[in-house]
Amino acid sequence: MTEEKKDFFVSDISLSYQYTAGNATTRFLNKVAEGKLVAQKCPKCSAVYVPPRGSCPRCGIATEEELELPDTGAVESFTIVHIPIPGNPIVPPYVSAMIRLDGADISFLHLIQEIDLAEIRIGMRVQAVWKDKSEWGTTLENIKWFKPTGEDDVDPLVFKFKE
Amino acid sequence: MIEAAVIGVGQTKYEAKRRDVSMGGLLRKAIDKAMLAAEVDWDAIDAVILGKAPDMFEGVMMPELSLVDAIGANGKPLLRVHTAGSVGGSTAVIAASHVCSGNFDTVLTVTYEKQSESNATWALSPKYPYSPHINAGAGGYFAPYMREYIRRYDAPENIGWKVAVKDRLNALKNPLAHLQIPGIDENMVAETPMLWEPLRYLESCPSSDGACAMVISNKKLAESRNAAWIKGMAVRSEGTLSAGRDEVNPQGGQDCAKDIYDQAGITNPFKEIDCAEIYVPFSWYEPMWLENLHFCDLGEGWKLTEKGATEIEGDIPFNMSGGVLSSNPIGASGMIRFGEACLQVTHQAGDHQVDGANVAMGHAYGGAAQFFAMWIVSNKK
Repeated sequence: MTEEKKDFFVSDISLSYQYTAGNATTRFLNKVAEGKLVAQKCPKCSAVYVPPRGSCPRCGIATEEELELPDTGAVESFTIVHIPIPGNPIVPPYVSAMIRLDGADISFLHLIQEIDLAEIRIGMRVQAVWKDKSEWGTTLENIKWFKPTGEDDVDPLVFKFKE
Repeated sequence: MIEAAVIGVGQTKYEAKRRDVSMGGLLRKAIDKAMLAAEVDWDAIDAVILGKAPDMFEGVMMPELSLVDAIGANGKPLLRVHTAGSVGGSTAVIAASHVCSGNFDTVLTVTYEKQSESNATWALSPKYPYSPHINAGAGGYFAPYMREYIRRYDAPENIGWKVAVKDRLNALKNPLAHLQIPGIDENMVAETPMLWEPLRYLESCPSSDGACAMVISNKKLAESRNAAWIKGMAVRSEGTLSAGRDEVNPQGGQDCAKDIYDQAGITNPFKEIDCAEIYVPFSWYEPMWLENLHFCDLGEGWKLTEKGATEIEGDIPFNMSGGVLSSNPIGASGMIRFGEACLQVTHQAGDHQVDGANVAMGHAYGGAAQFFAMWIVSNKK
């Protein structure tokens, strides 16, 4: 290899932006601020979306009916992240999991902690661990992580969508 | 429909850091090689189609505008394509569709990434507003899908290692490939650090700089060239957050493959396709795509890999060039698959040539495994 040339250098930049959550996400986040996980249901195929986006991608129609889901669910799949990610404050190794809340038809990514890493598996039952109420805001960060409940695992077939 | 063929493919050498060239220079190196191979000059180029992955990867917005002179698009129609990691494939399809439209005789298409000028893992791992900061790069995103594949079909751990070794041994036969790891074997892979379980370091793609270009033309030029005729091409996408989505075996991929096989008159892809360049950035995607693309039944993909069917001498060679596991200039990675398929059927693949290849497949996927682009090429019109 030749010597690195001096005409390349690393320069940090920062960009600020405004984020507009949109109607469906705003309604969802306002409920999260009260400690509630409120899903939306497709009027045609009955799929339940959490977090909701205001429409059902399967049917291409608006999802207006809302229903509150429990903060319990199961691990649809997961990975254990072993490398530090640039800009990410979480210290590896940590479990990033696809969490399927009870009653939901899609999963979302969240952390699992309070667990022996060797124990994590698909189908494991988990429950949200919330921050202290005084710290709640309009963010899913109100949930610190999920932890195992100790209940029996679910059969992964339950994750299959039934119209 | 008007027929289209690839008459020239040009690729740069893929490396971690191409500090000898600017972004424009990198693209031009691939373009010059493609045009030389196609035996065309700039007067013959009717339009330029450029593709690359997210602008955030290098922090240059709408780079097609500042690159316009370098890519010879000044005064010509220019279109930018962006479909995440699949973009190299969809750019090829869109370029070919310009020729098929009848409005353009000959189109130049080029794709690239200069990963050394930024950090794609950082760009793929931002903290989204109002959400916990969990994203951990592409490997972190896809690892749960691979975990589910392994669980569903009870696949042994060393299948991933086998793919990692096979593609890197192929890369040793391709002087343009980024990773050159003489002596690589399953033990070496198994001893590399775990990144995102079940993926180890050598089961993951590198970060590369590089560009790939192609000249696509109709029969007026192609009949006098060593041409790869496009027999079927398609793109598909599906909703990432859709209920009922099967991330392990996406419907979009199944449908896209079925579409190109129908166009090409292929009823048994395992028998009728001589070799394939398939987008495998992480080892487990080889068995997953073997199944998704209908080369075998569900649950049989890892068994094909295990028995060596995807090796260069096997029944269905996958990634003779070394694949994405050996070179990953993200925006170009799909087009490299498409271009390498053309090199195979025109018997220009050098040391990684599959003997007597007449029909080959190029494939790319991207985003959250929700974008797909594919084509079938043949040396027979």
